[in-house]
Amino acid sequence: MDDVRLRPPRNRVERRAIGWWTLQSSMFALPLPLVFGVLYLCIPPARPFFGWAFLISLVPSLAYMAVMPVWRYRVHCWETTDEAVYAASGWLWQRWRVVPLSRIQTVDTLRGPLQQLFDLSGITVTTASSSGAVKIKGIDHRTAQEVVEHLTTSTQATPGDAT
Amino acid sequence: MSHDSTTGTAHPAGTVRAPGDPGWTKLSPRLLLVNLSMLAGPLALFALTVALTGANLQALISLGSLVITFLVITGISTMRLLTTRFRVAGDRLELRSGLLFRSRRSVPVDRIRSIDLDAKPMHRLFGLTSLQIGTGEQSSSSGRKLSLDGITQQHARELRRLLLDRRGGARTTGHGEDLTIAEMDWAWLRYAPLTVWGVGSVFIGVGTAYRILHEMKVDPLELGIVKSIEESFGSVPLWFGILVAVALTAVAGVAVSVATFVDAWAKYRLEREQDGVFRVRRGLVISRSVTIEERRLRGVEVTEPMLLRWAGGARLNAIASGLGNSEENRSRRSLTPPVPRAEALRVASDVLAEEQSPTEFADLVPHPRVARRRRVNRGLLVLAAIVAVPLGLGLWLTPVLVHIAWITALVGLPVVVALAHDAYRALGHGLRDRYLVVRAGTFARRTAALQRDGVIGWNITRSYFQRRKGLLTIGATTAAGDGVYKIRDVPVGAGLAFAEEAVPKLLAPFIERVPPA
Repeated sequence: MDDVRLRPPRNRVERRAIGWWTLQSSMFALPLPLVFGVLYLCIPPARPFFGWAFLISLVPSLAYMAVMPVWRYRVHCWETTDEAVYAASGWLWQRWRVVPLSRIQTVDTLRGPLQQLFDLSGITVTTASSSGAVKIKGIDHRTAQEVVEHLTTSTQATPGDAT
Repeated sequence: MSHDSTTGTAHPAGTVRAPGDPGWTKLSPRLLLVNLSMLAGPLALFALTVALTGANLQALISLGSLVITFLVITGISTMRLLTTRFRVAGDRLELRSGLLFRSRRSVPVDRIRSIDLDAKPMHRLFGLTSLQIGTGEQSSSSGRKLSLDGITQQHARELRRLLLDRRGGARTTGHGEDLTIAEMDWAWLRYAPLTVWGVGSVFIGVGTAYRILHEMKVDPLELGIVKSIEESFGSVPLWFGILVAVALTAVAGVAVSVATFVDAWAKYRLEREQDGVFRVRRGLVISRSVTIEERRLRGVEVTEPMLLRWAGGARLNAIASGLGNSEENRSRRSLTPPVPRAEALRVASDVLAEEQSPTEFADLVPHPRVARRRRVNRGLLVLAAIVAVPLGLGLWLTPVLVHIAWITALVGLPVVVALAHDAYRALGHGLRDRYLVVRAGTFARRTAALQRDGVIGWNITRSYFQRRKGLLTIGATTAAGDGVYKIRDVPVGAGLAFAEEAVPKLLAPFIERVPPA
């Protein structure tokens, strides 16, 4: 018997997303080592302690910043068909979500300041389920608009209240 | 309340209305009494404190501000009483309120998803109740909820009936009259102590009492009664004292959980009404009535917390949409109190109009043995974390803690393995007619039966370890209940095939076949 598995969705996110994720992760991975570094420079008597603290906090931060974005880029994919939206996300924890177009309630786009910097955009497709939202992040701004248009028109075409 | 105002004969619009008011109805003037009686508590406390401690300035200030706060609250509710008007006009429910911030709301009757009647003790005393109308908005702001706080019980019943009748025209399911599915049986009281809340609430109660006494400048440890207890028991050995304390806490805990049970479930009654709605009524001090539409019911969930399960009991919850956000859903989904398991299943089958409860499904597919190892590993991790604390401190401070650590590990090991095994045995999933059945959990075992056409998508998650072992967790998302029902730790192939069988064609385009390696 053949084995079955989920195939990855067809479209990758933009390569620029790696840069975005790196910048994003640096914002909460770097402050702690930076603080220790500054303290190391400012308080000479406590140098042995802050030196070690600096190294111990810096190494995992850098490893996270190096590994996470690339890993994410390999996982994050998305696809829309005439029947459904299909998206994969995550890195250590990976998540695949399928929502039929007939069950979509709203389609939003959201661009944070960092995403704008990289000319990226994110789409959130919500359903009537409190945990059924599909998020596609890190795609090109123009692609996002096309996707939203496609989803909105096909959602309007289906009657009912999507529950 | 005039009796010509019941549905539809005297008035062409069929409006329930007070005589002399063209269409619009006010809240009951009796609400004024309720508002005034709210002041009684703080005022009594105020008087009592003054009488007991004399005019202590600090106590006076804190109690004075309490009284003023209640005065303001009373004023606001009185203003609401004076300004609120409502009516049912055609197929819309209209509500006007406010003096400074005037609001008018108008809701189409067929948008109404739930009608609850809640009566707080003071409301009950004056024959009042409050009618809450849910329109199924996803926004969680409670301010948007339509609520008529303070109409007579008679009026509320009529209005509820009228709204249900108007909604969606004459939607009858063939039942001629209201049908009682379940009623309170006081023998169920034996399940009441099997909740952990009792013991917890004892601690909360003692803490609160201490705080209040402290606030009133009374040191509980200096009270005469405490002193005399201390004198007569001051000489007993420590272990005996601890034993007595534990026993007292347990007894008080049982008493509290029994009282909670009685308060929550007295007068319990589950009915199917004429036009496809279920109604759950319960409550001694606060009486509640929750209405669940049959067409919004997507299934049921049998919940068996560990102690209750050992005693052969279970609770039944509805999986329904339109019960509000997750917090509201939790308080409104109950269909039964803790009852014997067989009774819960009978109610489930009656509510779903099936011959047998779909949750009662003998051959649920078990999950692979790797799932058990995951549970054992997880338990061991928790145990290791628990043991690490005394071990670490012990190596640093005193060998006594090291002994405590290894004894904990020795005792904990079989417990963890047993729990993990139980959790593994709980895992199961299956299809039964039009229901997707999922079972999981050891501390609280839940068996959910969800209608397959209520599934509105799939969430598949795989952790790093699940990917190594070829497992996945697949969640059926739905508009009802908790929003997602997860089938944990199934093999990839079997899990995807199951999802495809449960809801054909949804997942199929995204599945590919690979030849076996």
